[in-house]
Amino acid sequence: MSPSTSIPIPDYPDQSVTLKDPALAAFLAWLIPGLGHFYQGRLAKAVLFCVCILGTFAYGVYLSGNSEVGYGRAVYASWAPADRRLHYLCQVWVGLPALPALIQANRVRNHKDPIGGFMAPPSLEDPKPNRPTLDNLHYTLNRYFELGTLYTMVAGLLNVLAIYDAWGGPVFTDPRKRRKDEDDEPASTEKAATD
Amino acid sequence: MQKLPTTISNTEELWYALLLIVAVSLVYAATRHELFRPILYHALRVAIWIVGFMLAIFIVLVAMDWWIS
Repeated sequence: MSPSTSIPIPDYPDQSVTLKDPALAAFLAWLIPGLGHFYQGRLAKAVLFCVCILGTFAYGVYLSGNSEVGYGRAVYASWAPADRRLHYLCQVWVGLPALPALIQANRVRNHKDPIGGFMAPPSLEDPKPNRPTLDNLHYTLNRYFELGTLYTMVAGLLNVLAIYDAWGGPVFTDPRKRRKDEDDEPASTEKAATD
Repeated sequence: MQKLPTTISNTEELWYALLLIVAVSLVYAATRHELFRPILYHALRVAIWIVGFMLAIFIVLVAMDWWIS
């Protein structure tokens, strides 16, 4: 287990952030958004990250599906040349909630039927059980397929920030730089006045 | 009455941006501070920036829409 590190909070000299086992916390933050912060005892931020990131991802999963075609259709993994789903590279940063897509993609690659339609890759040829074609999905879901893709991708990218926060702590604004900016401002104003 | 430009008549789509703005502002602000009050103030500033940027793009699009039609 790596040692804890403590970072002072600028403008609050009596308080500091204790980063318990940053590597494990970063892994937990990837696994479930907020879990890394929960492990480090940073409960308020754990709740904030969990609600914001998982809420965004869940809404995206809901938007990109319906009872007819199944939910979470915008979250799927596919490396087929005809449908290289690069969006999943953003979505996978949400961690465990996006991993069913890998199981479904693996089943399809091994010529097995996916388990239900949830996060199953679309069929590249004719529609199959639980696997409508991408055209069918766009026709049925209309713009909600793209909205679901956007929401789930943004959730994944936001979790990258949360993972970094669990590993290295907040990226505080450098108080020396801020003070320098504040000091420079009146000086430049005075110079402009004398000119 | 003159028909509204397309950019104005489809504004209900913008409601989908609201949740994203809130989530992005809060998460970004939370990566810059540790305490809740500074996080909220920073999130508000980020949200205002995002909305301002969206408004600027909106104005450009409306102007282009009018100019083209």
